[in-house]
Amino acid sequence: MNDHILSTYDDELKEVRSIVIQMGDLAANQLSEAMRALRDLDLEKAKEVRASDKDLDALEITAERAVIGVFARRAPVADDLREVVSALKMTTMIERMGDYAKNIAKRTFAISDGSLVIMPQLLDNMATEAHQMIHKVLEAYIKRSADDAIAVWESDENLDSLYNVTYRKILARMMESPEHISELTHYLMIAKNLERIGDQATNVAEQIYYAITGDNLEEARLKNDETSIELYAKK
Amino acid sequence: MINTPTETNLDTVQASPKMAARGVNVYYGDNHAIKDIDLNLYADEVTSLIGPSGCGKSTFLRCLNRMNDTIPICRVSGQILLEDDDIYTSGIDVVQLRARVGMVFQKPNPFPKSIYDNIAYGPRIHGLAAHRTDLDEIVTTSLEKAGLWQEVKDRLDTSGTALSGGQQQRLCIARAIAVNPEVILMDEPCSALDPIATAKIESLIDELSGRYAIIIVTHSMQQAARISRKTAFFHLGEMVEYGDTTEIFTSPKEDRTRDYITGRIG
Repeated sequence: MNDHILSTYDDELKEVRSIVIQMGDLAANQLSEAMRALRDLDLEKAKEVRASDKDLDALEITAERAVIGVFARRAPVADDLREVVSALKMTTMIERMGDYAKNIAKRTFAISDGSLVIMPQLLDNMATEAHQMIHKVLEAYIKRSADDAIAVWESDENLDSLYNVTYRKILARMMESPEHISELTHYLMIAKNLERIGDQATNVAEQIYYAITGDNLEEARLKNDETSIELYAKK
Repeated sequence: MINTPTETNLDTVQASPKMAARGVNVYYGDNHAIKDIDLNLYADEVTSLIGPSGCGKSTFLRCLNRMNDTIPICRVSGQILLEDDDIYTSGIDVVQLRARVGMVFQKPNPFPKSIYDNIAYGPRIHGLAAHRTDLDEIVTTSLEKAGLWQEVKDRLDTSGTALSGGQQQRLCIARAIAVNPEVILMDEPCSALDPIATAKIESLIDELSGRYAIIIVTHSMQQAARISRKTAFFHLGEMVEYGDTTEIFTSPKEDRTRDYITGRIG
């Protein structure tokens, strides 16, 4: 793609992109650290994760200002318009990922307060998958690859399946040991947080696809989230 | 009455263009300035023609009321239809044509006459007013439609050239309206105006769009985006892309359109 005649315009767009990437890296890191704190019940680390969520919030504001600046000065159109609108939405999505990581850290405190209940191994698998999705979606963004964005979008199915399995396993453990329901509920919520991080990565993938092609990833997302259906059915 | 397009009458409008270009080519001597343009221009809507300088958009605009006739080396081929009539057929009364297809230029060009006479000139030569009262009526309504009446009603006998640039341009629009045109062509009508005067003209274009087919050449992307429903992008004499303005400015189909509107080519 050609550069703009006005090179400062390119600089501003690059600045917006760089903040998005920075936020994505930070969110991925937050997730890893939150999971490490949970695994080891490391409350010091959990505290750090909670504190550094503020960095992500601050970056979101920086991104917002940069995007508003582009709107005010450049009146972007066509792919530039799609790029900045998508960036603005992506930063909100990434910030949400950070919130989920923070919530995992918060639950680490609650879990460590109760009786010792070993973390379900599947949560680790889910976290690895979610981390991969963030990593891959950032790669798609950096490479401006619509195909890579689709791949991330499709891979959410794996995380959804993993979540369904995890949900059932935790439910089974609750039935086996009702005295640990409190701790296990926290693990269940953490599983949901991880699944939501995947959803946000999928949303980011949709934004990337739109920014590149101008089209929406229209196909209804194959929802493999049977647990939701079961829960609704029981109501 | 402003004729707001509804879904139903939009369909009818879309079915029969007010003006249409069919395989139009324009040559200035050996220079092939316009290449094989096919374009429908509909009543009740504003169409913007955009593109870099020298792309042929003004040349094309001037074909629509045969303003190019005045250039001896200019040759036009193909068909330009006003409803069902080819305006380049011999025997067409060009003066009559230009009443039906009016024009507003880049620089406001009021006659060095009174405000009243600026408006009355057209209706007089076209015999649209039998009596002075009819003429008064035309002058008043034309100035009202052009949003200028309140500002000039007490000084209709002062010279049109004494008005501000923005007022002069609205006077020129009122002058075009006075002869009941069906189409109004505008060649960068705001390029000599400040943002306030520009906003007034744009608001006027918006109001007039329900009554006339308006075709506007503009260098301002934002102006095209603000005021037109359809946009055509010209480059090197070709019409590269034509479509809904929103579509052109969010997801243009052609790379050349994208590069131009985003400021990647000069």
